[in-house]
This record gives sequence, structure tokens and C-alpha cells, in this order.
Amino acid sequence: MPPDEVRQALTEGDGHVRQAHDAPHGQEPQDDPISAGADRWRARFDAARIREADFTTISGVEVEPVYGPDDGAVVPGFERIGWPGEYPFTRGLYPTGYRGKPWTIRQFAGFGNARQTNERYKLILAGGGTGLSVAFDMPTLMGRDSDDPRSLGEVGHCGVAIDSAADMDVLFDGIPLGDITTSMTISGPALPIFCMWVVAAERQGVNHANLDGTLQTDIFKEYIAQKEWLFPPEPHLRLIADLIEWCAAEIPRYKPLSVSGYHIREAGSTAAQELAFTLADGFAYVELGRSRGLDVDVFAPGLSFFFDAHVDFFEEIAKFRAARRIWARWMRDVYGAKTERAQWLRFHTQTAGVSLTAQQPDNNVVRTAIEALAAVLGGTNSLHTNALDEVLALPSERAARIAIRTQQVIADETGAANVADPLGGSWYVEALTDEMERQAEAIFERIREMGGDGTMLGGVLRGIENGWFTGEIAEAAFAYQQALEKGKKKIVGVNTAVERDDDELEILRISAEVEREQCRVLADRRAGRDDGRVRAALAALAEAAKSDDNLIPPMLEAVRAEATLGEICGTLRDLWGEWTEAPRF
Amino acid sequence: MTDDSIERSTIRVVVAKAGLDGHDRGVKIVARALRDAGVEVIYMGLHQTPEQIVQAAIQEDADAVGLSILSGAHMTLFPRVVELLRERGAEDVLVFGGGIIPREDVPKLKALGVAELFTPGASTGAIVEWLRSAMRASAS
Repeated sequence: MPPDEVRQALTEGDGHVRQAHDAPHGQEPQDDPISAGADRWRARFDAARIREADFTTISGVEVEPVYGPDDGAVVPGFERIGWPGEYPFTRGLYPTGYRGKPWTIRQFAGFGNARQTNERYKLILAGGGTGLSVAFDMPTLMGRDSDDPRSLGEVGHCGVAIDSAADMDVLFDGIPLGDITTSMTISGPALPIFCMWVVAAERQGVNHANLDGTLQTDIFKEYIAQKEWLFPPEPHLRLIADLIEWCAAEIPRYKPLSVSGYHIREAGSTAAQELAFTLADGFAYVELGRSRGLDVDVFAPGLSFFFDAHVDFFEEIAKFRAARRIWARWMRDVYGAKTERAQWLRFHTQTAGVSLTAQQPDNNVVRTAIEALAAVLGGTNSLHTNALDEVLALPSERAARIAIRTQQVIADETGAANVADPLGGSWYVEALTDEMERQAEAIFERIREMGGDGTMLGGVLRGIENGWFTGEIAEAAFAYQQALEKGKKKIVGVNTAVERDDDELEILRISAEVEREQCRVLADRRAGRDDGRVRAALAALAEAAKSDDNLIPPMLEAVRAEATLGEICGTLRDLWGEWTEAPRF
Repeated sequence: MTDDSIERSTIRVVVAKAGLDGHDRGVKIVARALRDAGVEVIYMGLHQTPEQIVQAAIQEDADAVGLSILSGAHMTLFPRVVELLRERGAEDVLVFGGGIIPREDVPKLKALGVAELFTPGASTGAIVEWLRSAMRASAS
């Protein structure tokens, strides 16, 4: 599986991965690179579309769309910083920053059954949300039906329960799937859930080519942190490759893989570990695509990223900036991506659930606002802000509204969206960005060595199998907990400014009736469908799974026949077995 | 482990993630803190059913079972473990746990036989201390 060309690229030329601070050889475009860059930026900015909005300060001061060094200034290492919209993209992907398009307010939501979640989506869209993001319950994340014995007590609790395409119809009832981008946060059973979404769109009369959205699909992150997997790595990688291939041909705008650091961070990693493990996973997927013979310039734009915004404001901003720069450099220099789109690291951010406290929960609004601002100053493409009660339960309607309003305050009142990368050039932020990059590069080196074949894919797989990633994360989580208990690190309401905790919150409760109802509806649906068609479709799926055929077409057929998630995943589980993690702590 | 584990002066605890939930940051921290405090920890890992957990508790002759549930299934899984222990005549095994558990559920679970629950913000020191005193109380 390790493609030779990767190893070659890694060892080619001067024998090491080119660092951004290596001066571009033999390139002296003008006497003054600073003003040359500014001119390039200006030309791109002028050619771009700017949205209708006032970009002056609250006092009416005119501000530039971006700031940089004066013409003629000598700034050592400026090529690492550059201008927004051009390589290495430290300062953002677009020359316009948020003046062209603001970030997408994408609130992650799902609870109870499809009907309840559909109502919440309509509320989110009416309240100013500009995209949807589906949270699934544990049985769905594990590819099990609501009436599976293992699902007992879990249905509809930490997300919405989806058993078949009929649930997906209800979930998006009255929401035009051709007009809105939908993100689905699911990895283990990503393919059957994706097929259900495609079928729901078909039933709405939407052409495949008009669909847009994101699917998580990041199985490495599951093994490393979130732990919601189905099969061993190899069949999962086959599924991912099938998906990437099918989407590149059928739904070119779709982002079938969202490489996720969020769960790695929430599981207790440091910022640099989150950055490095996530990008290493991303490189491994690129190597996977190349091993399938896919053109990196064609499939890499389908990769997007998902990061955590924790509460250490500047470290997070530095992390986001470093992420763009590292990705662009590796894509260009290691994997040979020629187009800018294939070098772009686009990312969604969610504020840190792990930073929220059950004590004095109103303070969580403040934490979330600061984290959201860090994401915006780091140039996020879309953003979820947590609700203040998410440390206790799924968000209540009131808490969900405050979370959206938090983004709107940042977008519409603070002026933070007026200027691209406003912290670029700050000595602290640039030094911290360099430090994040340095730490990440050291971790990449370690992972590649671990694989023994020089590839990132080999290293990531090895690190999963031998528990290296989970061990590193557990170590970091324990160290932080100790620092808290010794009072070295502080959390307001937990180990400082502690109060008798009297504030009671109204929280969202999921009734046990949801599970009973979901199981009843599922039983009716099974009774009402054409069983012969379902059996034939599942048999065809199993046959395809034994061959090298792409599994999406037979899976779509099974989904159209109302085969359930558990039946589809069960068919594949019978062939491929299940993955279990060796318990370590 | 030293010789006192043979004499069973050591507390022995089965620790597990019950249900389909994969959030294991907290449970690993607690397992490690218990071990560092001299408790013998048998960590079962992820995705354990109540039946598997109770089976392990009995086989290991555990003094207590520590469960972590952040998925909202606590009202089903905690009582199920307590009930299965009773059915197997092992009601002396203390069941405790932690996770995302709304405050109003805590007294309900305690009434059903769960000894103690720790929610976000609890320190590992408090958990270790509680376990020791609960063991002293059940020994006397």
C-alpha cells in the first residue's frame, strides 16, 4: 500500500521536507519582495467579490482589508507569513478575509428522533444559522439499529437516531438539500449514512451534482480518540477510498472527508498534538488516495479539517495559522499538489466542550465567546459555538440561541471580520505559530519513523495498532488533570473562585419514550417494506464487498430499498469482523 | 502489585466504559489516579455491556465497580449493573461512577443502589478518598 512516490518525495532533493523558512532558491522577483507581495495581494483583492457591508470601525475609522509591513521594509522570514490568499496561506485562504464571505455559522445539533431534530434545524436556520450539522446518537455512530440490544438506553440521547432513509426524509423535511450545505459528523458508518442522505435528496428531486456538504469519515480519529468505529482499519480505508472516488466523480463539490482534531483535543491532547495528529492523519489519507491512483489535485480539495478552539486564546490562533501553513507546504512539496485548492486547508471549528464547567455554568458563555473569537481570528471557515449547558446535557433551546447569538455578536458588532489575519505580524503570535509548527514537525518525524516504511500512512496505522496515539493523549490528559489538582492551572468555579453551586439550569431531557417510539416505528417500517428487495440488495452489497467494486452504488440500492443501518453494517461486519481496542490506561 | 494484593488489603476495582460511549478521557484519568493511590484497577476498556461488566466483577472478586457514562444512557445502564449484581448474589460489590449526569438523576440512581456519582469538575483526590472511606465503612 505505501506508494513509492511518497517515499521518494520525502527523500528527494535536499533530503528533507522543505521548511517554509528555506528561502525560495534563485527567485528574486523584484528588489522589494514586500511591495511585490502587496501588489499581488491588491490585484487579487480587487478582482474578488466583496459583500455589501460596512467595514469601518464603530467610530467610523476606515480600515484596510489587510495590514502588512511597509513597502521596502526588510522582514526576515516574511515568506513564512506572506499575504492572505497566497502560499503558504498562513494569513488565510482568501485575499478578502471575511470581506468576501463571512464564516458559516454551523451549529451541530441532533437529539431524540428525526422529527424533533428537524424542528431544531428549522429553528437554527430561522435564527441565522447558514448551514446544518447533524449530531447522531451512539447507536447510529456505531452502525446499530435502535432496536439492537446494544442500543438499550442510548437511543436519541447524544444525537439523533437514524435507522433508515425514511428517518433521513423526516430529518430534512421542508429543508431543501440542494440549497443548503449539510455536514454529517459520523465516521464508522459514514457510507451508509451518506447514502441515506443522497437518497433523501433524490426523493426531494435534487440532482447529485447539486449537492454540497461535508461528511466526517475520519476513521483514524476514531481509533485515536473518539472510539466509534466498526471494522478493522483495512476495510475502513477501502470504504473511504470508495467514497472519495465516487464523490470526485459524482458530487464534485462535496467534501467526503473531514479530518478531525476536535476529538483528539477533547480526549485530552495538547494543542500541538491535536495539530500534528490531525495533519498526519490528513497526509495518510492523501497517501491512500494516491495509492488508488487518484490525482492529488482532483481529490485533495475534497478534504477538509475540523479543529477544537480551546480557551488559551493565542495558542489556538497560532495553531490555526500553523495548520494552514504546514498543510500547504506538505501538499505542494511532498505530495506535488499544483493547484491552490489542493494546497488549501479549509476548516470547521467547534469551541471546546471540555473547557465548559458544570459549576457556575453561565460562565461558559464567556469561555465560548473567547474561543469563538480565537477561531475567527485564526480564519476558520465555519464555526460551531457550544451552548452553556452542554456540560450537563444536549442544549436547551435557550442555550442554543445564546450560542448562535455569540457568533453574531462577533460577526456584526466587534469588527473582527473587517481585517484579514489582524494578528499577523504580532511578535507573540508569529513566534507561537512557529512553535506550533516546530512541535508538529517533530511529531510527524516520530510518526513516520514508527511506520518503518517512510510513509505517514504506515506510521499512523502502526501508532493506532500499538496504542501510541491513545497513550500520548492519555499522558497529556493526566498531566493537565494533575496541574489542575495542584492548582498550577486554574478553572474558574472549579479550583478558583469556587462558590456554593446553586444555579440550576433547565436542561433538555430525552424521554425514554423516544427509544420505545423509535423501535416501534422501525418495526412498522420493516413490516411494510419489500423484504425480497432488501435481501437481494444486501446480498449484492456483500458480493461487491468481496470484489474490488466501488461499494457506493450497491449501498445506495440497499438504502433505497429501506434496508436499515444495522442491516447494512451487519452485512459488512459479518465479512470483515469488528475492531476492539486493547484496554490501556 | 506487592504482596498485600494477595492478602487482599488492597481495594480491587473493575473500571469500565458502559454502553456504546467512546468518551474515555475521564475514565482513564480516574483509573490511573486510583492505581497511583494503591488501588488494584482492572480496566475493561470500551463498549462493555452490563453483563460483561458484572461477569468481570464476579470473576475478579472486585470490591467495587466504577462506570463511566457520558452518552446519556446512565439511567438504563447503572441500574442494570446493580440489578445483575443482585441477581448473581454480589450485591456487596459497590457500584460507583461518573459522567455527564444531570443533578436530578443523582438521587434517583442512589435510590436504585448506586453508591456514589461524580460529575464534571470532581477531583481524582475526592474520588480516591471516597472509595477508601466507603471501603472502610463496608468492612466495619
